[in-house]
Amino acid sequence: MNADLAALAERCAVLFPEGVQLIDYAKRGFHLDLKVDPSQVVEAARLFEGEGFAIDTLTGVDWIKEEQFEVVYDYYHPRHAWRVAVRTRIPRDNPTLPTISPVFPGANWHEREARDFFGIHFAGHPNMEPLLLPEDADYHPLRKDFAA
Amino acid sequence: MSTAPFSRNGTPPETFVLNLGPQHPATHGVLRVKLTMDGEYVMRAEPVCGYVHRMHEKMGENRTWAQFLPNTSRIDYLSAMNYTHAFVGAVERGAGIAVPPRAEYLRVITSELNRISSHLVWFGAFLLDLGGFTPLLYAFDDREQILDLLEGVCGARLTYCYYRFGGLCNDVDDNFIEGTRAFVRRMQPRFKLYHQLVTENIILRKRLEGVGPITAEQCRKYGASGPVCRGSGIPYDLRRAEPYSIYPELDFDIPVFSEGDCLARYLVRMEEMRQSLRLIEQALNRLPDGPVVAEKVPRTIKMAPGDYCFAVEAARGRFAVRVVSDGTDTPYRVKLRTPSFSNLSLFEETSAGMMLPDALALMGSLDLVIPDIDR
Repeated sequence: MNADLAALAERCAVLFPEGVQLIDYAKRGFHLDLKVDPSQVVEAARLFEGEGFAIDTLTGVDWIKEEQFEVVYDYYHPRHAWRVAVRTRIPRDNPTLPTISPVFPGANWHEREARDFFGIHFAGHPNMEPLLLPEDADYHPLRKDFAA
Repeated sequence: MSTAPFSRNGTPPETFVLNLGPQHPATHGVLRVKLTMDGEYVMRAEPVCGYVHRMHEKMGENRTWAQFLPNTSRIDYLSAMNYTHAFVGAVERGAGIAVPPRAEYLRVITSELNRISSHLVWFGAFLLDLGGFTPLLYAFDDREQILDLLEGVCGARLTYCYYRFGGLCNDVDDNFIEGTRAFVRRMQPRFKLYHQLVTENIILRKRLEGVGPITAEQCRKYGASGPVCRGSGIPYDLRRAEPYSIYPELDFDIPVFSEGDCLARYLVRMEEMRQSLRLIEQALNRLPDGPVVAEKVPRTIKMAPGDYCFAVEAARGRFAVRVVSDGTDTPYRVKLRTPSFSNLSLFEETSAGMMLPDALALMGSLDLVIPDIDR
């Protein structure tokens, strides 16, 4: 299985030459870490879709000191049991990413949730309405400058 | 959008919007589904979530690691043991805390008891949705035994907080061991009764067989897990796929049915309860002596900056926690990935074109817990 995982890492490295890293699962809880450019998240989603991965979740992290949002896409492989984290960073003052919902329809809700909590806009998303927050919510509670 | 069969001969469909919920017995909590109907056929079912949203993830950022632990048992209130397991697992992974073997065995025993009690609630409530009242009473009678046992070890009947970083808060006593053995003995013949009373019932068969098919491909693209994906032929179970605790040492099967219909999901859960009994029995037989909590657990948990994940097989499927640490005593970010959220997200696609009562059977077979969706 590890040989297959290394082969997968090599295939990723062809498309994303920078930032492919094998991770010690026992210490971190996932196998492969990818850092990609914001414009490449759809390409990454297509790659893992083609490899037979399922979408786990996607979420933001507010790095307010660096004035950036990190967005982490998690995928898992239902047969090989691999877990992959794809990371990208976008500026806090213009948080926009292309949607991956045409590749993984399950991302539709996760992206709406990220919009609710962080105010990240997913370009091309079919329905960017609030999912968990009230329909008139004009705040994004997981931003670090939102006081609870 | 699909159309009802009678609309196909040239007549335009006459649609209307029907609100299911937010207070409706079939949604098992406060979930609203906006249905666009053509007669009795569902053209579009759009779930409207968020009625019990509590922002657990923000709460995680303004309290210490230990203070957040009780929150995790209030997300999916029917599998609190599994959920607390994921959070303590993530923290133990990040802080490098080793758990003594006795604690791991007891975690498996209590987690599996919790899985059975959760499946029993599903069994009763699902049949209630389908119009059969009696099975609920049998299921809750069995479940009561589990609640008593778990109350004995940790004081709570539903929102358990039994697991702590590095182990458990209490050791179990002989009453628990004896009571659990008695429960396993009691439960084994009950499945025969359930199958005779319910599974072999012709009305149930007609309501479930071939109804609400979900393909393996849909499960993958929506991230559906647990009994939903195992009812669609994907043998994905975290206890084997990403082994944690002492599951690798125990012998159990992963029930998989490939039909993908409501009956397949029903049969997966029924068989899973039997497998849980096997796990409990083995763990009881091998239960080692020793401490139930690690010796050196720091009072203030601090972990190296970075993110750590831990996923468990909860009763509804894959529950994953991603914690991001910045090296302080409070989490920088806690992401809770819940199975009901992903499992419900495929409802819109799979329910289109179904008759309303069948769509409700499909929803029941997803085994939703609404606070688990809304968090």
